Amino acid sequence: MTAAIHFDKVWKSYGHDVVLERIDLQVKAGEFVTVVGASGCGKTTFLRLLLGEEAPSRGHILMDGRPLPAEPGPDRGVVFQRYSVFPHMTVLGNVMAGLEFAAAPFTGRLLGRARRHARDEARDMLCAVGLEGALDKYPAELSGGMQQRLAIAQALVKRPRVLLLDEPFGALDPGIRKDMHALILDLWRRTGLTVFMITHDLKEGFYLGTRLLVFDKLRHDPHAPGAYGARITYDIPLGQTDRQVYEDIRTAIGVPESAPLSPQTPPHTEA
Amino acid sequence: MMSRGGPVRGTATGTGPDGERTRMKRLINRQPGRVGSVLLTALPFVGVLLAYGIASALRLAENPNDPLLPSLLTLGESFLRLATEENRRTGDILLWSDTAASLIRLGLGVGISALMGLIIGIVTGLIPVVHRTLSPFLVVLSMIPPLALLPILFIVFGVGELSKVMLIIFGVAPFLIRDLQQRVEQLPREQLIKAQTLGASTWQIILRVVLPQVMPRLLDATRLALGSAWLFLIAAEAIAATEGLGYRIFLVRRYLDMETILPYVVWITLLAFAFDLLLRVLTRRLFPWYRGGRAPA
Ligand SMILES: Nc1ncnc2c1ncn2[C@@H]1O[C@H](COP(=O)(O)OP(=O)(O)O)[C@@H](O)[C@H]1O
Ligand SMILES: [Mg+2]
Repeated sequence: MTAAIHFDKVWKSYGHDVVLERIDLQVKAGEFVTVVGASGCGKTTFLRLLLGEEAPSRGHILMDGRPLPAEPGPDRGVVFQRYSVFPHMTVLGNVMAGLEFAAAPFTGRLLGRARRHARDEARDMLCAVGLEGALDKYPAELSGGMQQRLAIAQALVKRPRVLLLDEPFGALDPGIRKDMHALILDLWRRTGLTVFMITHDLKEGFYLGTRLLVFDKLRHDPHAPGAYGARITYDIPLGQTDRQVYEDIRTAIGVPESAPLSPQTPPHTEA
Repeated sequence: MMSRGGPVRGTATGTGPDGERTRMKRLINRQPGRVGSVLLTALPFVGVLLAYGIASALRLAENPNDPLLPSLLTLGESFLRLATEENRRTGDILLWSDTAASLIRLGLGVGISALMGLIIGIVTGLIPVVHRTLSPFLVVLSMIPPLALLPILFIVFGVGELSKVMLIIFGVAPFLIRDLQQRVEQLPREQLIKAQTLGASTWQIILRVVLPQVMPRLLDATRLALGSAWLFLIAAEAIAATEGLGYRIFLVRRYLDMETILPYVVWITLLAFAFDLLLRVLTRRLFPWYRGGRAPA
């Protein structure tokens, strides 16, 4: 079986600055991959490679055995930390947009019965993320958590194969973040999506993922800080993490001591 | 009263329960009340009218035929005459025919500029190939002082309507194009990526993501450009025209005809104010999600 996503010795550099070096990775369909690493080590760059927004400097990325398209497309949905939704569209309009783009190439808008169909589908999606009460609001009227729910609904209505999340809950309060965790796990279980989620919260990474990737720079040249890039230093199937590994990662990516020490048992283990 | 001594009982500023003097609020924290606001707003207008009335009365007392500062009453009568009396020769009412001539030029010039700003601004801001081609060129173009082009415009397009409309376009289109281009470039990269992951084509991105978000900005920028548009209109009319608001005030200047000039200036100001208000109300009505161009929360 071919992997859903295959990084084949991928390098990424900007000019002389190497950001990622020799990334080798195979991810199966349906995995929930969480990505952690120190700030600025190249996590977002990794995601932009997956999006097709950036091309690898060396190596190849394959999706289902074929070269990854060189630009973003509807097979890969995305949610950023901010600015993921369109401020000039209502909640319903934001989710309908994806359906309208596909069905109305010239006007980008649907009318009549096709519009009602799209509206129903969008409404169902919004119910699934708990936004049924805010259909006609504009994003500026929503809380941060609700905006991220909207961004998720907007991405999922296109039924992508892969969902890419770049610190999607990083700006949210802890209580709301818990609700979002429950939501994303529920959606992931129901859709069988392949998920890549970047987080700066190591505990979140352990809790949500079925697999954890740690990006880290192993080599440093003090005279040429850009000479070496980050690599995947840990690639751990989750569910049986031992305490020592967690501690090692915590010190490697510089999470403060006060962060919760023991990884919780991930919710997938019993499933 | 503003002394920093200990508690002073019984002063006009009063004392708080803990004996500390309740100071007057800082100037930056003092808001005028409802009535106060109206009075304060009216103050400079009333002041100017009053100053004019006194100056005019003083001059007229010296010489009742002094043309420079006609009394307010005379000006009012003159305005009425300009706005109601038909010209014996042509049958036109002067103020209205001048206003129509000027507004057609202004409307064409500003309208075409706004359209250019929208179309060229969006494609230069969004499409790298066009950006490379046009962006530096537009920067240079916008450096040309438009009034210096006026003689060329008269030579090339003649002294008819076209040259006046062209001057307005040369005067405000580069500003509108660059403003819209910048606005497009300021759209968060995340939004454009998101649209692509929703399957949008370049055309659909322009139509459904970029255009609606820069439309309110276009109205805003057009509002700002109207001031210079008036300037270029009046300059062009002053030099070569047969009718128009700018033409009229420069024509009668030779006769020191303040009874015509002052009502015209007030009328032009009123028109400019009305357009400004109209565009502002339109922006608020049409784009309820737009908050003065500030980034979304
Ligand atoms: N377009 C770019 N041009 C040059 N350098 C870049 C570009 N994008 C990212 N970088 C650099 O790549 C490094 C990794 O950035 P990023 O992937 O955003 O890190 P992270 O998401 O892990 O915080 C940073 O040092 C950043 O300066
Ligand atoms: Mg990042």
